[in-house]
This record gives sequence, C-alpha cells and structure tokens, in this order.
Amino acid sequence: MTKRHIEPILWLLFSAGGVAAAVFLPILVVLFGLAIPLGLVQPDYDHLHAVVSHWLTRLVLLGLLVVMLFHAAHRFRFTLYDGLQLRGFATPIAVLCYGAALVGSAAALLIVLTV
Amino acid sequence: MSAPATYRQPVSRLWWLKKRTYFLFVMRELSSVFVAWFAVFLMLMVFAIGRGEESYQRFLDWAASPVIVVINVVALAFSLLHTVTWFVLTPQAMVVRGPGSQQARAMKEVPVAGKWVPAATAVRVGGRLPAGAVIASQYVGLIVVSAFIAWLVLR
Repeated sequence: MTKRHIEPILWLLFSAGGVAAAVFLPILVVLFGLAIPLGLVQPDYDHLHAVVSHWLTRLVLLGLLVVMLFHAAHRFRFTLYDGLQLRGFATPIAVLCYGAALVGSAAALLIVLTV
Repeated sequence: MSAPATYRQPVSRLWWLKKRTYFLFVMRELSSVFVAWFAVFLMLMVFAIGRGEESYQRFLDWAASPVIVVINVVALAFSLLHTVTWFVLTPQAMVVRGPGSQQARAMKEVPVAGKWVPAATAVRVGGRLPAGAVIASQYVGLIVVSAFIAWLVLR
C-alpha cells in the first residue's frame, strides 16, 4: 500500500527534474563541463566563489541537484525495467535507484551548506 | 497477489535495436544517466570551489582530461536530446490556457467527509494554447535562463 502513496510524489519529482534538466542543463554542461575546463572562457576563482556561495545560488543549486537526481533515478528505474526486461528485480532496482538519489541529495545538501 | 498464469511472449533484451523509433526512445531514456553524471560533476565542482583556489585548479585539470571531456561532450548531446524531447512532450502532458479561456461551471466529484460527491465547481474552458506555442515559449525560457547563467558566471 505504501507504494501507492509514494508513487505520485516520485512522478512529481521526475517531472520537476525533467523541467529543470531541460532548461538548465545544456548551458551548465557547455559552461562548466566544456568551455571552462578547456580554457575557452576563464572566470576567476574569487568571482566563481562569490557566485556559488551566495545564498540564492545555494538554494537554487540544491533544488536543481535534488530534482535532477530523483528525475534520473526514476527514469533509470524504468529503463532497467523495460529496456533490460528486469521487472523481476523491481524492488531491489527501486531501492538502489532512489537510495542513490537520496544519498546524492544528502551530499548536495552538505556541499551547498559548506561551500 | 501472484501474476496470472497466462502465456506471455518472451521479449528479447535487445528489442530496442529493432526499430529506429525504439532506439530513439531508449536513447531518450538513457539521458537519465547523463543527468545524474552531471549532477555529480557539479557537486564535485562546487565542493572544490568551497575548498579553495588550489582545489578548484585541481578540479579543472581533472575536468580537462580527455576522458572527462569526451564524457561531457556525450553528456551535452544527451542533455540536448532531453531538452528537445521534454519540450515536445509538455503540451501533451498538460493543458496550457491562454487569455481566450473562460470560467464555466461544471459538475465535479469532490471529497466530502470521506465520500466522493458531485458538486458544481468552477473550471476554465477554451483558449487552449496550440502545442507549437507551448513548445516555442519553452525555448524562450531556455534562452533566457541560459543567457542569465552565462552572464552571471562570465561577467
């Protein structure tokens, strides 16, 4: 029965994360994943630190990370169910996926609190 | 509850290679791996920034290594696939009403003291925005957010 109650919340997190990833991810990957490491643009450390440690950035970042992690967990769970025909392992798969998202969310909370 | 004992045709684990549309569907679903990857990547970056300039420099050196760059190029491709497919699905998943919508009264089942009872309620009808308008407005949102983040980081 508990599964019935929690499923809508998981779908809600999936949708929220889907929207967040769709809107925020491309620019974040371009900037932080490629342009900055490859030296195409070089914002200085103090500026980055100031941006990241602003309370609003921390809040947005935490929200973004949490919903993205749960979005990924939810979608990956169904990828394993259907893509690899693993419905027989439904419970351990769900525990692993959402467990990983929970651990990641806790880590995200610690990181934004201490940056 | 046990499964009904009816015959089910076994499905190959590689069913998604049999048709282009199946393949695209699975690629879309696999974008989740890269969403998770980049969440972790961002967390490592913010952690490094928090620990000081030297630590951030070490993060940048790691992020510039060929393996990580290749992973992030693939992540960018999957993130764009996610964005495009998500925007296309939005108008199918929700009704967005424009200024042309009107208030109307309709009978709806509402919970009263633990029972579902029909009652007159206000609903909005008409003025549904066409799918194209919903999709276009999402791209406007994407551009505004992207421009803002780029400005914030690079100014």
